Formats: sequence, C-alpha cells, structure tokens
Amino acid sequence: MADRTVLFEIKRQASPDAPAVWEKFELPWRPGMNVISAMMEIAANPVTADGRETTPVTYDSNCLEEICGSCAMRINGKARMACSSLVDNLEQPIKVEPLTKFPLVRDLQVDRSVLFENLKAVKAWVPIDGTYDLGSGPRMFPQEQEVRYPLSNCISCTCCMEVCPQFNEATGFVGAATIAQVKLFNEHPSGKVLKEERLRALSGDGGIQECGYAQNCVEVCPKQLPLTDAISDISRDVLLQKAKDFLRG
Amino acid sequence: MAAPKIIVIGGGLAGLSAVIKIAEAGGNVDLFSIVPVKRSHSVCAQGGINAAKNLKGEGDTTWQHFDDTIYGGDFLANQTPVKGMCEAAPGIIDLLDRMGVPFNRTPEGLLDFRRFGGTLYHRTAFAGATTGQQLLYALDEQVRRHEAEGKVTKYEGWEFLSAVLDSKGVARGITAMNLRTMELRSFPADAIILATGGVGALFGKSTNSVVCTGSAQSAIFQQGAYYANGEFIQVHPTSIPGEDKLRLMSESARGEGGRVWVPRNPGDKRPVKQIPAAERFYFLEEWYPKYGNLVPRDVATRAIHKVVYELGLGIDGQPMVYLDLTHIDRATLDHKLGGILEIYEKFVGVDPHDEPMKIFPGMHYTMGGLWVDFDQMTNIPGIFAAGECEYQYHGANRLGANSLVSCIYGGFQAGPNALRYAKNLTAAEGDGGHAAELARQTEINNRLVRNDGNENPFRLWRELGQTMTEHATVTRYNKGLKVADQKIVELLDRYNKVNLSDRSQWANTSFAFARQLKNMLELSRTVVLGALQRDESRGAHYKPDFPERNDERFLKTSKASYTGSPEGPRIDYEDVDIQHIKPRPRRYDAAK
Repeated sequence: MADRTVLFEIKRQASPDAPAVWEKFELPWRPGMNVISAMMEIAANPVTADGRETTPVTYDSNCLEEICGSCAMRINGKARMACSSLVDNLEQPIKVEPLTKFPLVRDLQVDRSVLFENLKAVKAWVPIDGTYDLGSGPRMFPQEQEVRYPLSNCISCTCCMEVCPQFNEATGFVGAATIAQVKLFNEHPSGKVLKEERLRALSGDGGIQECGYAQNCVEVCPKQLPLTDAISDISRDVLLQKAKDFLRG
Repeated sequence: MAAPKIIVIGGGLAGLSAVIKIAEAGGNVDLFSIVPVKRSHSVCAQGGINAAKNLKGEGDTTWQHFDDTIYGGDFLANQTPVKGMCEAAPGIIDLLDRMGVPFNRTPEGLLDFRRFGGTLYHRTAFAGATTGQQLLYALDEQVRRHEAEGKVTKYEGWEFLSAVLDSKGVARGITAMNLRTMELRSFPADAIILATGGVGALFGKSTNSVVCTGSAQSAIFQQGAYYANGEFIQVHPTSIPGEDKLRLMSESARGEGGRVWVPRNPGDKRPVKQIPAAERFYFLEEWYPKYGNLVPRDVATRAIHKVVYELGLGIDGQPMVYLDLTHIDRATLDHKLGGILEIYEKFVGVDPHDEPMKIFPGMHYTMGGLWVDFDQMTNIPGIFAAGECEYQYHGANRLGANSLVSCIYGGFQAGPNALRYAKNLTAAEGDGGHAAELARQTEINNRLVRNDGNENPFRLWRELGQTMTEHATVTRYNKGLKVADQKIVELLDRYNKVNLSDRSQWANTSFAFARQLKNMLELSRTVVLGALQRDESRGAHYKPDFPERNDERFLKTSKASYTGSPEGPRIDYEDVDIQHIKPRPRRYDAAK
C-alpha cells in the first residue's frame, strides 16, 4: 500500500505588490497532523507537488496551542487558527490563504496591528495609580469574575474582524474584539473610571453603530467569546452615554 | 541631562514588568520583540502563580514558600534572591489583581488558591487554566497605556542580534534585524535588559513557543556573558505529544485532583473506564504517599519514565500514561480547568471530562540561563537579564507556578536596577562600538545569503532536536552526552554549508531561522557539556551512573564561558549562597 499523503494548495505572494500564485504540495500524512506541521514539513523540504523547488512559506505562528492568536488564516475558505486545524478534519486539497481584510505582508502573513491601535483608542486598561504596594485589589464575587473571564480570553486573532461584513475601509468599524474589551474594562470596579471615555470612543464613525448584527463574529471566534452579547450591552451603554452627553450640553 | 535610554528585549512577563517599572520611574524605554508582545510565550502558562497569601487558614508563610522553592530546586539556587522573590510574591498578586486579572474567586469575593506540585499548601492563585494569558494581558495593557503616553516605543517584528560593546566591553546598545524589511540597524542604549525566555527549540519539539530558541542568550554568551546551570532542563511530566510540538497539560489538572495511572496488566484490552480501581496502578500515589500526584516535576517525570521504560506498563505498550479527571464533576472542571480541557479536546479529539487523557513527559523549561548577579546584571556591564533566560530562581528544578512570579519579580528588579546603572554611566568614547558591530552583523548576513552549500537549516534543526532529546533530557549517560556533543560539532560544521532556499530580502523566515540556528547550536553545547561534567544527580539532572547528590563537589553553580575553540565552552564552578537554609536530603516519599 502506498504511503498516505495529504494535498495542500497554498496561496503565495512574495510581497504586497507581487502577483498571487497558488502552489500545490503533496506531503506525507502523519497522525494528529495539523496545518502548521504541514508548513514545517514544507520548510524542511521546499518542493511543490510537481517537483519544482520553491521557498518555505511565510506565516505567523508562535504558541501552536491556540492561545497566542498568531496563526489565523483562511483554511478551506474559513477564518481559523492553523494550529488547531487538524488535517484529518479537513477536506482535501486543503486550500490555505491569508486573511483578506488586512494588509498583506507575504504569503500567509498579514499586518493586524490595527487591532492593537484600536485597543489604545478605547483605553483598554485599568488605570492603576502605580505598581508600588497598595494592598489588595477590589473584592469581586465569583459571578463578576465569570462575566469578565470569558471576555479576557480574547486572543486578538482578528478572525471576528475578518468575517465581519462591516469591517472594511469604508466604515472604519473597530470590530467585535475591541468592543468586547470595552465591556471587559467597563465591568471592572476601578477600570470603570474610564467608562465614559471608552463609550465616547465607540460613539462616532467606525464605532459601534457600524455593526450590522450579521453575527458572523460570534460564530467564528475560536475562543467562543460572547461577542454579540458584548455588542448589545455596549450599544445600549453608548446610547445612554450619548443621551447623557446631550443633556449635559 | 536627558533621561537614560533603556532597551528591553522580549515582551513576555519579565520584559513587560521591567518596561512598566522603568516607564513609571521616568526612564525612556525601547521594547523589542520578535512577535507582537501580546503573543509572547508567557501566554502559554496555564496553572497559576505562587504566593504565600495564606487565605486558606493553613498557616502558610513566605518562609515556607522560600523553603519549598529551595528544597524543590535541590539547594542549587542562590538563596538570597529566592527569599526576596517569595517575600515579594503576595504583593505581586495584589498588584495583578488591581490591574484587573480575572483571578478565580471564593464565595466571599477573595482570591481563590489551588494546590500545586512540591508543596502541601494551597498557594497558587489562578485565572481558570489560562493564568499566563491573563497575566500577560494585564501587563500588556499597562505597557500600552505607557506607550499611548509616549513613554515606551515598541519595536515589534524586530529580532535582537547582538549587543553593541564599547572598547572597554561596556554595553552601549544593540543590533537588531527587521523581520519584514530585513533591515539591519544598531540602536543606542545606556543599558539593555534581556527577557528573551526559554530554549525549547534546542530540543526540537517542546512545550515552548516557536520563538523560544535561546538565540538572544546565545548571542551574548558568544560575546562574553556567562551561561549558568545550562544543564538543568525541566521535562514536564504531562504533555500531549504532537507532530509540531508537545502541548502542555497543566500541573493544575493534578492540583485539582487529577490522578496519574496505568493498567496493572500491561496487555489490558478492556475499555479504559471498565478497568476496576484495584487493577489500576496509581504509581505516584503509591510511591509518594505524602505528595501523591503533586510531587515536583522531575520526580513525576522520572516515575513515568520508570513505569513506561523499566516496568513496561505504558498504555498499549506505547510511551503514554493516563491523567484522569473523570471522577471530578463537570462544573468544577469547567470552572477551574476549562481552557486546558478545551485544548486537549481540540487537538486529540477526545473529551477529558469523559475519558482519561493520555500524556507523556515533554521538554518544558530551562532552569539555567544567563548568569546574573543579585542585581540581575550579567557579567557584561550594562546587560541585565530577567525571566526564564536567566538562571537565578529555580536551582536544579523549578516548582510549578513559580515561573510567573519569578518573571515578574525579576523584571521588577531588573528595570529599576538598569535605570540606576544607566544614570551613573559615563559617556562612551567615540561611537561606542556601533559601526564595528553593525559591520560584523552585516558580514554575517552577507555570508549567509551568498552561501552555496547543500544543507537545509530546518533539517539540521530536526537532527539537533533529536540528539538533544535523546541524550540530554530525563536520563543522562556520559557516553550519550559525548555522542550528543560530537553530533552538535558535526552540525556546526554542516551549518557552514547552509543553503537558504529563499534569498529574498522581504519577510524571509528561513533567513531569520538560519541565524537563530547557529546560536541554538552554540548554546546546546553548554547544556550537553555542563551535563557531562556534572557527575551527580540533582533535581532535573539525573545520571544513573551517579545516582546521588554530591554536595561536596557539585553544590556549585556551573558557569559556561564561550571560547570559540573546537573543544567548546569552558565550565567553571561557583559556590552557592546557602546562608539561610542548610542543605538537607531532598525526598518526597515523606513530609519534608
């Protein structure tokens, strides 16, 4: 019996201005193989299925256990993490492409720094007085921790932004991940001191009003964040804030 | 006078901790990281962070934490810095709590604590089973705040290549390479802090992230920094073997009551859940009745190897044992361990609520690292180190949940110390060595790109990983260590014939990897030769031919220095600070 192999088709692009080409690879199958191990195999033996020499594929990765958020890409048309994409669960040939909503760097690598800029804009932090010893933190009940913890599991993979029809240059929408972080910090006893500023940051163009409730975000999120709940809650808070600001003149 | 400029390399817990302290004190920081700092390897830590807060009425004290840490490390750690860390730990937990880390809570709204290995106290604060992620994010958020206020400049996507040293050997900056444009540049600084993490890649597959190559440590080791206790490598007892890496299965699974066992009958063909309790061999509980499944990692790992390789009791004859949580109710598991159970189910396809997990030891952590003094400074003036990349806090074996606290504490020490050092630094002569170092690095790059050999760097790396895993992990023999060193020397020679299949100057990952590989090879020799020369067994370093700890000869820190000669690094020995706790035999079959 011939050894089992796995077929891949990978979209390659040498630089942002270079033309995109598809390359096919036929790799030895191994039990438990994921898309990342296929990339590693190609790096050790950079030859296409038709025997042509090529270069190792450029892609982002780090932890390989779906917690660092690096290796998001489109696999068989779906935005997901390459590390947790097991070959045995995928239809072949496995088609791998970069995310489409972010500036392409090379091959499967894109520039997702927009998310980190968004987090700056909404002040996604607790403004502590300092790191010197000021005693215990605020008391918090398990029920409160259980609201915050799932939101704090966001790995910044940007899959929710990739699949959002409203996340594009025309709207400038911040996307679901950032909104969820606003809820996370507004729920914290001392984080909420910046609540009004965060809500105002989400009230203009590109803010929460751009959301079209397609709900793709919550479906694609690899960490099952309650994204649509966060969007509903923050929408309400933004409206209340607008009303308050209006009355205050 | 302008505020001193500090460069921090690495944006995990240690690096970010240093950055925050420097920014808070009015210093000026440039933060370099290969990956966006929020994606650093600290994110992988799962189980928790230790501090003797004594919130469970057990009478825990920072002294107990100190004693457990020293004892767990088999007395190899210098005691004064470890004492400082354990005393600072409760305050660090409070600070993290104030930063908004969603730690698990008791019904009264206080921090909850769980058990961990190597202690009999509930001393480990946790946020589900993703504590590292939650801690990293909290520090990342504080750094983002300082960045927004203009106190921190991030250089993400830049890889550190070397330190810039002046004619007197004093650090004056760094050289780094932009991983997108491949631009090579030197950056001036009055002090630099390495917080560049672990060395998992020396072993091919490990629980570490892709960036944990030890390349930065190795680079400055080759520039004259000592590398200490490199032979002490922690192999975590419970990992999930994979094609691309070994995924960690947290010690917290045992902290919450998980039990390790194998069928007593090696040929048992019954479905796992039909094997009755009497026919299960709970070997850790039998062999170590006091600590049970929560013996320190080196002890648990050797026990699993013994069961598999000496007793032939691995599941289905494979190198695997069960880690069983199925007796614990689903709600408790989801609340306290959700994150790691999800990882197991995603990658193995089996639900650990219903069926015991199959696990095996995997390379996890380096206790050794850059030698530093009690101020976290290496022997090169102006170069500091903090976190896993230095050697100071864990001796011969690290206790679970001590790494997060050592990273943060180390960063909190290194930051202010570097700033103090920088304020007293006199100006460099000339350009401080920048032009010369940049030229040296440019030449290395040019040679690599032009090289016309026939060796693929990724394949050389696989061979390195295989030899290191075979000879330099759980059980070590001098014969095998010599074989490993010869193999590394061979790989170093073949490295000269590396051919980059990609010669482009844009986001060229092979190029960056080839540069790391050279450093990995050089650093591997310190691990192997350090192990070869240490003829005793201590903590994670185990030689069946020398089964006892030998304090007379080896209660010493090993210090490797680079020689550039074919014989490899020179290893010297330095006395250990034992002024607080007198060394005593380390055993876990009874209370200590």
